Amino acid sequence: MNLSAETLEKIETTIPKYPEKRSAVMPLLHFVQSEQKYISNEAIEWIAEKLEIEPINVLEVVTFFPYYRQEKLGTVHVRVCRTLSCALMGAYKLGDELEKALDCKMGHTKEDGSVTLEYGECLAACGTGPVVLVDEDLYEKLNQTEAVGPMLEEIKKRAQAGAATE
Amino acid sequence: MAAVERKILLKHADEDYYSPSIDSYLEQGGYEGLKKALAEKPEDLREAVKDSGLRGRGGAGFSCGIKWSLVDRKSGKPIYLICNCDESEPGTFKDRQLVHKDPHQLIEGMMISAFANDVALAFIYIREEMPLGAKILEKAIEEARAKNLVGENILGSGYSCDIVVHRGAGAYICGEETGLIESMEGKRPYPRIKPPFFPAVLGLYQCPTIVNNVETLCNVVHVVNMGVEEYTKIGRHGNTGTRIWCVSGMVKNPGYYEIEPMTMKEFLYDVCGGPLPGRKFKGCIPGGGSMKILGAEETYTDREGKSFSFDEIIVDYDGIAAAGSMSGSSGMMILDDSTDIVEALANITAFYAHESCGQCTPCREGSLWTKKITARMCTGGARPQDVDLLYDMAGNIGGRTVCPMGYSTTWPVQSYIEKFRDEFDSKAQANECGMKSFDERLIEK
Ligand SMILES: Cc1cc2nc3c(=O)[nH]c(=O)nc-3n(C[C@H](O)[C@H](O)[C@H](O)COP(=O)(O)O)c2cc1C
Ligand code: FES
Repeated sequence: MNLSAETLEKIETTIPKYPEKRSAVMPLLHFVQSEQKYISNEAIEWIAEKLEIEPINVLEVVTFFPYYRQEKLGTVHVRVCRTLSCALMGAYKLGDELEKALDCKMGHTKEDGSVTLEYGECLAACGTGPVVLVDEDLYEKLNQTEAVGPMLEEIKKRAQAGAATE
Repeated sequence: MAAVERKILLKHADEDYYSPSIDSYLEQGGYEGLKKALAEKPEDLREAVKDSGLRGRGGAGFSCGIKWSLVDRKSGKPIYLICNCDESEPGTFKDRQLVHKDPHQLIEGMMISAFANDVALAFIYIREEMPLGAKILEKAIEEARAKNLVGENILGSGYSCDIVVHRGAGAYICGEETGLIESMEGKRPYPRIKPPFFPAVLGLYQCPTIVNNVETLCNVVHVVNMGVEEYTKIGRHGNTGTRIWCVSGMVKNPGYYEIEPMTMKEFLYDVCGGPLPGRKFKGCIPGGGSMKILGAEETYTDREGKSFSFDEIIVDYDGIAAAGSMSGSSGMMILDDSTDIVEALANITAFYAHESCGQCTPCREGSLWTKKITARMCTGGARPQDVDLLYDMAGNIGGRTVCPMGYSTTWPVQSYIEKFRDEFDSKAQANECGMKSFDERLIEK
């Protein structure tokens, strides 16, 4: 497994925080995915060995949770909340707009790997819907046109920066 | 006089002078409650929390003090405390405010609760979709550790306890306490059956475990600071303290509001500004997407047979229960006359179909079928008998599953149909109807 020194250090300091090693499976998956953009079979085996469990014990967690991916996520991960409060405020119209503006099909990753665009469930920000989570940043009140522009710019900036480092 | 907010937990959160830093919290007298608590006997603190009447803010509204009293203290096993910050019930966004804007209030509440229950290790389970919240908490814990408020020998008291932040990965079921525990153990979050797996006896690693919501634990700080007598003056009997209500949907001023019990009319008009211009309220989902809807035109009858209107419903645990629903996670979603009720239900059933963990057949299959039928009612292809079919099917889910999530499919379906039957019939009979409130892709077929 090729992991950065920083990720390896995070992994080493996290495991002993838990009374039982197996509990660290979620944080380890988070660390690996944030570096590699997905969870490979190699990663599953590596984590299993690290935590002294069987690979199936890791795989069952990976396949249960929507956040863990076995296929590479785009450089920028865009999640549009589609649950009731946001839907009432225009989440689906927003989804359409983003599909067009980013030239990316909803529920897919662009071929060049720059953007993943998806609908997601309630992001716990319903009072300011519709909302979108761009990587770790929340954008709110996106039924106001002037709010969408800056978000799109940021998405494009990150996508380009990602392409430059590849 | 217009009804107003009563800010206790959110007193400083949105003020210009305030930040999530420990200095900000200390300036406002933070961690005095912990100092006070460490000088007391743990059993006295537990008694005080019981006497305060504090009820859980996460969903069920169970007495916090009684929950603590059920912890098995004789087993000799370690006792764990887990703060539930999974906040994923549709319509709920109060824990987000508490964590992002005042993390030390939560940490103080956790340390007091941990000390009161002889807990040696505490966790915060925070949903994946709050990455910033997790960072803020990590930083706050480090700040508190540097000041000896978390960790070894806290403030020289001889008591030690650490807090670990654990991030979820996008599954609603991790909010259910036993699913959460399974997830903390590194497994799939399939809820455990009760009995025997009551967390107070057989929780994390089969040890006694307390699971409390963020807002509940923040309230503990104020119970200790104010004392039981002052605290119980807030709110009303059986509903002590304030509650933070999250209001979203078709209302003039959506947002989070910390209030004492008041009527629905006072709340929706004085506090939330009333309906949007030219609109009329149709109803409200009072405690997160799982709960039964309250119709705005409906007449309610309480247990004593007294009838009252929507406007007169008291916005607290018992008031909403008297109207036949539950205050749940206090996520209030407002619908108005522009909202198509069938489409709203189709949206909600799609959520629960997506989030069913799949362990129990009635919930796994039933939630998918409710999604399918409501979808075809909206997009065409429904049959006139679908309304009865849908209603009947929903009645066979809740109560037949390991965890209470079955009701999250049952309650919305039943209550929406009972209260707005006409709209369902006309959709099912029309067979082909355009979408009104949202549009086609709301419904993934
Ligand atoms: C399906 C389901 C989802 C839940 N989600 C949450 C949640 O996101 N946050 C929460 O605090 N409680 C949630 N609960 C309630 C918890 O199981 C538990 O009762 C609560 O955390 C206890 O805390 P309290 O007593 O302080 O309210 C959920 C319950 C169920 C059945
Ligand atoms: S419904 Fe979109 S954040 Fe809750």
